[in-house]
Amino acid sequence: MGSNSSSMNNIPNAEQLVQETGFSAAHILRLYERFQFLDKDDTGQLRPEDFGAVRELAMNPIGDRIISAFFSPGQETLDFASFVRVLAHFRPADSNRTRDGAQPEPANSSMRKLKFAFQLYDQDRDGKISRAELLQVLRAMLGMQVTEEQLQSIAERAIQEADFDQDDAISFDEFRKSLEKVNIDHKMSIRFLS
Amino acid sequence: MLLINVISCSLRLCPFSPVVPSLFHFSQRFTTVVPESCMLILLGLVLGGVVLIANKKQLYQLEPALFFLFLLPTIVGDAGYFMPARLFFDNLGAILTYAVVGTLWNAFCTGFCLYAAKLLGVIDERVQADLMDFLLFGALISAVDPVAVLAVFEEVHVNDTLFIIVFGESLVNDAVTVVLYKVYISFVEVGAENVQTADYFKGVASFLIVSIGGTLVGLVFAVILGFITRFTKKVRIIEPLFVFLLVYLAYLTAELFSLSAILSMTFCGIGANKYVEANISQKSRTTVKYTMKTLASIAETIIFIFLGISAVDKSKWAWDTGLVSCTLVFIFVFRAAGVIGQTWVLNRFRLVPLDKIDQVVMSYGGLRGAVAFALVVLLDGEQVKAKDYFVATTIVVVFFTVMFQGLTIKPLVNWLKVPRSTSRKPTINEEIHERAFDHILTAVEDIAGLQGYHHWRDKWEQFDKNYLSKLLLRKSVYRKSELWEAYQKINIRDAISVIDQGGNVLTSARLSLPSMASRASFPEVTNVTNYLRENGSGVCLDLQVIDNVPGAKVEEDTETHHVLAENLYKPRRRYQSHYSRHFMPLGEKERQDREVFQRNMKSRMETFKSTRHKRHKKERSLKKRRGSDAKEDGGDKPRRNVSWQDKNPVVVPVESEEDRGEHSDAEKEEDVGITFVARKAETPKQRPKSVPAGCPSPSADPPSPPSEDSHLPWKGGVGSPPPCVSVEATKIIPVDLQQAWNQSISSLESISSPPAPAEPVHPRVSALSRLGGPRPASYTPPGSMASSTSSIGAQASQCSFHYPEKKKEEEEEEEEGVGVLQEMQPLMSSLKPPGAVPPPPPPLSSAPGSGRRRNPCVYLRNLVTVPPPGNSESHSRGPTQL
Repeated sequence: MGSNSSSMNNIPNAEQLVQETGFSAAHILRLYERFQFLDKDDTGQLRPEDFGAVRELAMNPIGDRIISAFFSPGQETLDFASFVRVLAHFRPADSNRTRDGAQPEPANSSMRKLKFAFQLYDQDRDGKISRAELLQVLRAMLGMQVTEEQLQSIAERAIQEADFDQDDAISFDEFRKSLEKVNIDHKMSIRFLS
Repeated sequence: MLLINVISCSLRLCPFSPVVPSLFHFSQRFTTVVPESCMLILLGLVLGGVVLIANKKQLYQLEPALFFLFLLPTIVGDAGYFMPARLFFDNLGAILTYAVVGTLWNAFCTGFCLYAAKLLGVIDERVQADLMDFLLFGALISAVDPVAVLAVFEEVHVNDTLFIIVFGESLVNDAVTVVLYKVYISFVEVGAENVQTADYFKGVASFLIVSIGGTLVGLVFAVILGFITRFTKKVRIIEPLFVFLLVYLAYLTAELFSLSAILSMTFCGIGANKYVEANISQKSRTTVKYTMKTLASIAETIIFIFLGISAVDKSKWAWDTGLVSCTLVFIFVFRAAGVIGQTWVLNRFRLVPLDKIDQVVMSYGGLRGAVAFALVVLLDGEQVKAKDYFVATTIVVVFFTVMFQGLTIKPLVNWLKVPRSTSRKPTINEEIHERAFDHILTAVEDIAGLQGYHHWRDKWEQFDKNYLSKLLLRKSVYRKSELWEAYQKINIRDAISVIDQGGNVLTSARLSLPSMASRASFPEVTNVTNYLRENGSGVCLDLQVIDNVPGAKVEEDTETHHVLAENLYKPRRRYQSHYSRHFMPLGEKERQDREVFQRNMKSRMETFKSTRHKRHKKERSLKKRRGSDAKEDGGDKPRRNVSWQDKNPVVVPVESEEDRGEHSDAEKEEDVGITFVARKAETPKQRPKSVPAGCPSPSADPPSPPSEDSHLPWKGGVGSPPPCVSVEATKIIPVDLQQAWNQSISSLESISSPPAPAEPVHPRVSALSRLGGPRPASYTPPGSMASSTSSIGAQASQCSFHYPEKKKEEEEEEEEGVGVLQEMQPLMSSLKPPGAVPPPPPPLSSAPGSGRRRNPCVYLRNLVTVPPPGNSESHSRGPTQL
């Protein structure tokens, strides 16, 4: 760790990020390297186009949504802190040993994870997944495999299933309820290498 | 002597009869406490004791050959084929670690410590064994046994992760055990003093070869199996055979090359499952599932009973308390130590760490079983002097682990509050969102520059989609989406549960229910379109159920009815079932026969009377069958028989027609899932219309139906649904579904007979319109095939001419309940005229009409002669159609 601390100094607000996101310093360092790799023109800010360097994202059916989820509304650029904060959603849930308890709702709580997923659906950010929004995601994910009618009926079914207040849309609460049997911690976490 | 015979008979029968396990299943309270495997061992002990008392000599032993060639493969095959692949690969790292490192650790530690105990004098002098023997024994006793683990853990229902780790370990560690066993055997044979250092490295190399080779053999067979099932469209009936054969072949081939057969079979099952399940028909799927499960439980039953029996025979083993107690202690201690140590390492890498409770269950769940027993019995008594002691110890270890640990693991799991698995099926939302989660995680890993699990899983999925699936899946299946399949499954499941709750599918109250399991009441309708849609989809759901549940019921009714009708007059069932047995393979032949039939029916009608006495012979050709049908017409019960048996000729030509089409065409037809559903949805729409026409018919047209027909329960049961159809249903469906229906018809017409597209339809329609048009009152009410139609000719012509046309677009005709088709057929045909094809003027309407009151034989003759004139403009149809 000692050797890392020198390069940690290059990272702005590194200590605060460690505090805030729960990433270890090694994680932060590694992510910073990745950030610099993506940040081709060394501005310290990522633009959506910079993510184009990740070729696999182009193959990802909802890759563009995920990229846009990194950018808070109205902003065109992304600094390293925001980059890490977004990635912190996908940290596995803390077991007791690393939990410092300072923050009431860390980014890697299952609620925040769900919120992140929900925002991917909810493109107009009105707090509801409308039928059209669900259809868009389904269409992206299923691609050419199914007909439009089949998509319609799947979306119909999904909304029927989750929609408790019958407003023909899935609110976040309904979204959460429909997934309450799923172990979100398992399904929405990745292992960050240090 | 008699007693012995009886006992040996029962002995032989017991394992094979499903009575034994089912008996235990019945006594619920007992089995909640005592696992089935324990009961079976106890039963084996009792049986063995009885035989021993009677015979002084044990007749039945668990033969290693029987075990390794037949019993083990069935269990492993079942386990591998139904292994949840995603879960398995999610935990592959842990499984491999526990299986390889853990087993090696157990084997060496147990072996060395037993040797130490021997040196310390804890183990008696009589046990003549040196280090190598103990290492050998440690190897065979250390492996967790898949049979025992499966038997116990399936009843305990621990959570999926825990189960897959313990069970996966038990499957994979077989490779380790068998390799260690073989290496030691060879060491023992050459003598420990002759073993050179190089041999140890050879041992390590052979482990790699055996396990990796076994896996590769399994994967190769998986690819072959997937590839074969891609082409079994015409021979659905042997699909299960291929599955069993190739999975077993994977086992045998690996065994042949001394590779790990269990690994081979497991990976063959895991690898092939996805493609096979997608390729084969629903019936084959069910067959494979239940046959495999049944075989596996039979094998399991036999193994445990034999274990009990073998234990009784004292001549086979020798007891040494020191060895037994030391072994018991060591395997338990080292298992626990191994699990804890490995988990500690693994948890540094695992996303979901295994907590202490998991470790306790894993340590405690290290059950030894029949594999260890078979291996120890296989030992050569000449080489391994202490074989008898080892056998005794193994039996005790197996008994202790299966009986004691198996007995106590359930209370332990309860006490520790281990998270249980829920046998809950995922909802469509979960299916969708979990897919989205996978994509999200992959994207995040890519963005963060991590080459993690999701990255590779996504890579594999891309590879699978682009290459493997293209190679191994049928084109039609390849284009289907898993999510869509899941959607349909959920729909069907919902609908079935509605039926199970006693609901009538066709009542209006139920129409809205299936898709809203989570909602208690019918939603307030705020939006008309939404309401229509909801109901529309509800109708679709219900009609899918018709395929499954009521279809079977109707068929059953039909069959019962037939049994009665035929037994009362002319027993004919044997013949019928015989025919259906050869139903599928005969497709080609039937097609040809049908052409012959159309040309020569009349002459046959004359000759069939002379063949009456041959009726009980096998009649495979349509000609003869047709003859017998006609003969029955002479009796009083003609129509049911005609309709029932006509189903067969009707089905066969259709199948062949589809087969005859271009491959791509057939695939295309398979793909029209939505129109398929939609067309069925028309059933309720049509029903109410025709009900008024149909209901009065028995009274309005007295001469036509024999009076008893109207009282037959079969008829009543089938006829009753129509009145229940909701008004909503009748209102809703026509709009969008009629359109889909028309589309499907027109597309089919263009597909089915390119040279003369519309022509094949006309004769059929005309035949129908002849019936339905001029004399609607006498027309069969839809839903009751044979009920109040007055004319046999009409009935038969409907069957033979309308039905095939419709059926052509069934995507997988053999999956449909025949009863359903039978039931729907009149609907479909009555639907047709208003549909895509306008009915041509009925030129021959007088023929069946007048024939109606004639002698049935004459009807049939009429029927036979009618089609050609009706086809006058479409003689070209003959060649194309047949």
